[in-house]
Amino acid sequence: MVRTYLLLAWTWTRAAAAYPASFWLLVVFGCVTGALDLAVILVVFANTTTLGGFSRDEVLFLYGAANLAFTLCDLFVSNLDRISQHIKAGTMDTFLIRPVSPWIQIATDRFVPARFGRVVLAGAVLGYALGALDLDGRRLWMIPVMVGTGIVIFTALWTLAGALQFLLTDAPEVTSAFTYGSQQLTQYPLNVYGRDLVRGATYVLPLAFINWQPGLYVLGRDDPFGTPGFMRFLGPAAALVLALLAGLAWRQGIRRYRSTGS
Amino acid sequence: MIELDRAGRTFKVKRATVHAVQDLSFSIAPGEFVGYLGPNGAGKSTTIKMLCGILTPSSGTVRVAGLDPSRRRTTLARRIGVVFGQRTTLWWDLPLRDSFDLIRLLYKVDRKVFDARLAELAETLDLGAFLRTPVRQLSLGQRMRGDLTAALLHDPDVLVLDEPTIGLDVVSKASIRAFLARLNAERGTTVLLTTHDLGDIERLCRRVMLIDHGRLAFDGTLEELMASAPGHATIEEVVTHLYTSER
Repeated sequence: MVRTYLLLAWTWTRAAAAYPASFWLLVVFGCVTGALDLAVILVVFANTTTLGGFSRDEVLFLYGAANLAFTLCDLFVSNLDRISQHIKAGTMDTFLIRPVSPWIQIATDRFVPARFGRVVLAGAVLGYALGALDLDGRRLWMIPVMVGTGIVIFTALWTLAGALQFLLTDAPEVTSAFTYGSQQLTQYPLNVYGRDLVRGATYVLPLAFINWQPGLYVLGRDDPFGTPGFMRFLGPAAALVLALLAGLAWRQGIRRYRSTGS
Repeated sequence: MIELDRAGRTFKVKRATVHAVQDLSFSIAPGEFVGYLGPNGAGKSTTIKMLCGILTPSSGTVRVAGLDPSRRRTTLARRIGVVFGQRTTLWWDLPLRDSFDLIRLLYKVDRKVFDARLAELAETLDLGAFLRTPVRQLSLGQRMRGDLTAALLHDPDVLVLDEPTIGLDVVSKASIRAFLARLNAERGTTVLLTTHDLGDIERLCRRVMLIDHGRLAFDGTLEELMASAPGHATIEEVVTHLYTSER
């Protein structure tokens, strides 16, 4: 599967090399949007010393961890939310006649490595925060776990977004609420939001497990909303359940696919 | 090789249920060359998409090469070749040769087998002059020959062609017809061909099936088709008669 993914991604990279100007514009554009998100946080902290009780470096840690997972998924699987375009253009049929999972083919379709710049930016922010914070060394093991959990959750969200587009072919933008909406939500400590929203982001869509719950553990903090301590470790389980649901939704989507005329 | 038993497919369009295909039963033996005719919207493409596993039938069963296409789609993909005349399955920005290499890897074809097969196809379909050209720059006739090659590189048992000669000039048509006839005769590949060009049918198909309003309206040899409408001398007249009288 990984081999097929890399093969197709490399093919599209070569195809993209036919349009170098477009490639560099995308690199610049990606870095600018990524830097803007970061700038918002820095502007906030130019005017205050804490946000929801968290210091600037703690917020940058939460931001960096969530965004590293998000930008990796944005690079590798975000094309899944273009399914509605493939359905309308009739190119979806082509994916289905090849002996390779359509999930891989769509995820790699028009793969552009230009988004890699944002991964570097997110990684740099996380690295800076880890250096600036005085963390308990016995809790650092959670950091790779939380990034991995985040990758699984964001990948599942994109898969869900793609599966939903089999139903919402004419309103694909709705599904961006899952993916880009989740990214926006996880950029700040969750306690800046209302209690009900955070409940929804914990028990309905497990967004709190991307960086909030495990992040509290790494930072040695109690949850301002008072969730019990064992919740800090439920991330991988929540991610697996979501991935399973996303997989089932995807299968249903393919089986219900209607194709287009002719 | 291909078996349909009371296969049906419905679509919901604004709360109404449309039967694109209903109660369709036929079977095609290995090595047959079958023409599949029908007016626009009769259900030809729906049938073909059920054969490749793109569409899941709403009722009945479909078997191709012993497999249920919608459940074993990726396994079946290695044994079936599909060409859509209306759209390419090649990679738009890649040179033709690179598309073929990619297909070799996706279908896991042994390199030696692949090289021999590509050399043979490149010669019979005369691809040499444009193997290095990006697909987007190919003419329609060149692209169709490229698509045919792509569908045959993994040496499928069944070849399904959806209007492969649409929009082609007489010379391109003739070369594609000659190629298909040879493929069927020499390799024994089972071919199902939909077309609106009755010349394709006359030149290639021993057996003809005609679908209308989602149901099989005729299934027999070309001679039987001609005999089914006495008083009509050419295949165009016979088919026109059948298309209009079935309604």
